[in-house]
Amino acid sequence: MITKIKLPAVPQGLAIGAARSANRLSQKLKRGGGTTIGGLVLNCLRPTATSEMSKAISDGIILVSGTNGKTTTARLIRAALNACDFRVVANTAGSNLERGVSNALLDADKANIALFEVDEAALDGLMVKTKPRVVVLHNLFRDQLDRYGELELLVDRWHTAIAQLPTTTTVVYNADDPGITYIASKHAQTLTYGVDDPRTDRGGLPHASDSTHCRYCDTPLTYDMVTIAHLGRWSCNKCQRQRPKTDITATKVDLHGLAGQRLSAITPQGPTEISLRLPGLHNSYNALAAIACTSALELTLSDVSTTIAKRRAAFGRAEHIKVSNVRVTTLLAKNPAGANENIHTILLDSNLDLKGHIHLLLLLNNRTADGRDVSWIWDVDYELLLNCNRLTSLTIGGDRAYDMALRFRYAGLDTSRIKVLMPIPAAFDAAINSANTHGGLYVLPTYTALLELQELLTKRGLTTAFWEDT
Amino acid sequence: MSPTAAGSPTCADTTIGAGIKICHLYPQLMNIYADRGNIAVLRHRMAERGLKSEVVEIGLTTPIPDDCNLYYLGGGQDRDQLAVSEDLTAKAEPLLKAAANGAVVLGVCGGYQLLGHSYTSTKEFIAGIGLLDLETTADTNRLVGDVVAEVTLNGKTQIVVGYENHAGRTHLGPGCTPLALLQQGHGNNSNDGGEGAVSGKVLGTYLHGPLLPKNPWLADTLLAWALEHARNPVKLTPLNDQLENAAHEVAKTRTRRKK
Repeated sequence: MITKIKLPAVPQGLAIGAARSANRLSQKLKRGGGTTIGGLVLNCLRPTATSEMSKAISDGIILVSGTNGKTTTARLIRAALNACDFRVVANTAGSNLERGVSNALLDADKANIALFEVDEAALDGLMVKTKPRVVVLHNLFRDQLDRYGELELLVDRWHTAIAQLPTTTTVVYNADDPGITYIASKHAQTLTYGVDDPRTDRGGLPHASDSTHCRYCDTPLTYDMVTIAHLGRWSCNKCQRQRPKTDITATKVDLHGLAGQRLSAITPQGPTEISLRLPGLHNSYNALAAIACTSALELTLSDVSTTIAKRRAAFGRAEHIKVSNVRVTTLLAKNPAGANENIHTILLDSNLDLKGHIHLLLLLNNRTADGRDVSWIWDVDYELLLNCNRLTSLTIGGDRAYDMALRFRYAGLDTSRIKVLMPIPAAFDAAINSANTHGGLYVLPTYTALLELQELLTKRGLTTAFWEDT
Repeated sequence: MSPTAAGSPTCADTTIGAGIKICHLYPQLMNIYADRGNIAVLRHRMAERGLKSEVVEIGLTTPIPDDCNLYYLGGGQDRDQLAVSEDLTAKAEPLLKAAANGAVVLGVCGGYQLLGHSYTSTKEFIAGIGLLDLETTADTNRLVGDVVAEVTLNGKTQIVVGYENHAGRTHLGPGCTPLALLQQGHGNNSNDGGEGAVSGKVLGTYLHGPLLPKNPWLADTLLAWALEHARNPVKLTPLNDQLENAAHEVAKTRTRRKK
């Protein structure tokens, strides 16, 4: 019989010292940027460390969570906080479990505010431990079912955790998501955001939609407008619940392909107009979430707007690089909702810039961070790319490249036009070669495939290592 | 680059007469594991051979037709599965009648459980339609991971690959036998080495991925049965399954390497 031995908690100073040494060692051995190992050591030695260190942050903790858009939203908020002279500690580079958060807190000596993007499955635990000042609940889409289980289970967990938050916490939430509204709307202090421009209406729910039934009476929801996946202006005909009135509302969204967009919004501090360098409707939501969060923190709207307008896309989120005359645009695609948004953005962009030529490189891995189950690719509407008749070349790479090839074969594409090369460097070179004649390549990698691609580009001197990304 | 005419699942003008009718049950509610992939494979493998297939989609409150040759029921979240159970048990008669007359039925994951007698979760009792003699009870931990298993149908044994993710533990009664013998994975209950169930031409399985793209042999077996049921026994010509075979091999070897 195995008896679990409970170790006495190590004093805080000692635990922190050990954690910092672990990070230094990790960086010295070039095993990574030291973005999690220290946190892991710290949490093992002293499980109460995260909550103790959180208390020491004078202006409070901000948590940002959701299936898609966490990284970009957190970056926008962080830029605004910096512009308003806060000393910010944040977890970068996607270390968004508790160990990433506590690791970041190791370097919080001079910080007066903390901003963390948090994995969906880690949010309930971190809300208890950090007693945040603001929580941003951005969206919940179908994602990594093998890791998170059914979406319903996550909704239940968040719902329970929000009910236990102190009333002083402000919950900033996306009112266009009926699941998120169910989770957040009963909380004492809330701030809501949403999109109201009827031109963003996609005219109906896409194939892979969740949260399409009323949480209270199980009736199918009615939509006046659908934006992304199941987001939109929803209501229930039976129990009369509907999308709450939004505090921060996008009234006009003009999308300019991958070049960016013009966003007009109404806020409690008055109207604002921002020319964002971030493309796509998903980034309109990210900007709204950032404005709502900074509004909860009472930052000046004009400062926030000016700062957000300057921000470029985060690592792998529609960043452009130039490789031998080919413009390469990388768009992380790790779940159906995100991949569908990327496809919409590509279609819009190719229409504007590339005279109709779309060269596509899809990189599909199924390692732990991607989710082992690859069935999600069948929920993505890749058919939109085939139906537009502009797909000029298709290259597929990654551990599960053949699964993706089958996805396109059964979407009706002639198999002779699908190039499969499992090793990512080989796939990348082949795709660049195909694109050379017309000049634009879109890369849709899963998370670990993106890391591999980034490593390859770094090795070739084409971009910076990910942990240097700020 | 446009979809090829022969390859397009929506293209019907290359058909030479023989065909089948497929009933896709609850595509809006039971689609959690990319079930539409299975339907796409069935249609495409017919169209590529110049054979016709028609898909009827049945949702809540619409009656089920009794004249289809192949019925498909996919997986759903517990909430949706409950709503479907209430609806399906009330109107299953035509489906039961068609199955008794030799129509093919395939249930995947939640759909598999609903083909049995019942599914008992921590929160509720969900009735099935009893087309397969089996019962399912939910446990607290989910059985998740890659599956490799051996399936014998029509006297022919083949390996199938897939992915499983279910809380249910399924136990078979004497009225059906396991569809597959596990080489890797949890299968019905993580205990008896069995995966899925089969009784005549009614099949249930926990395997998704989806199931049919990486197991084209199984897809063709179902299509051949459906064509027989439609009194159109056409010999299915072999297709170029290079991509299918490569994907199958990758799934198989990656699973074994992990062990």
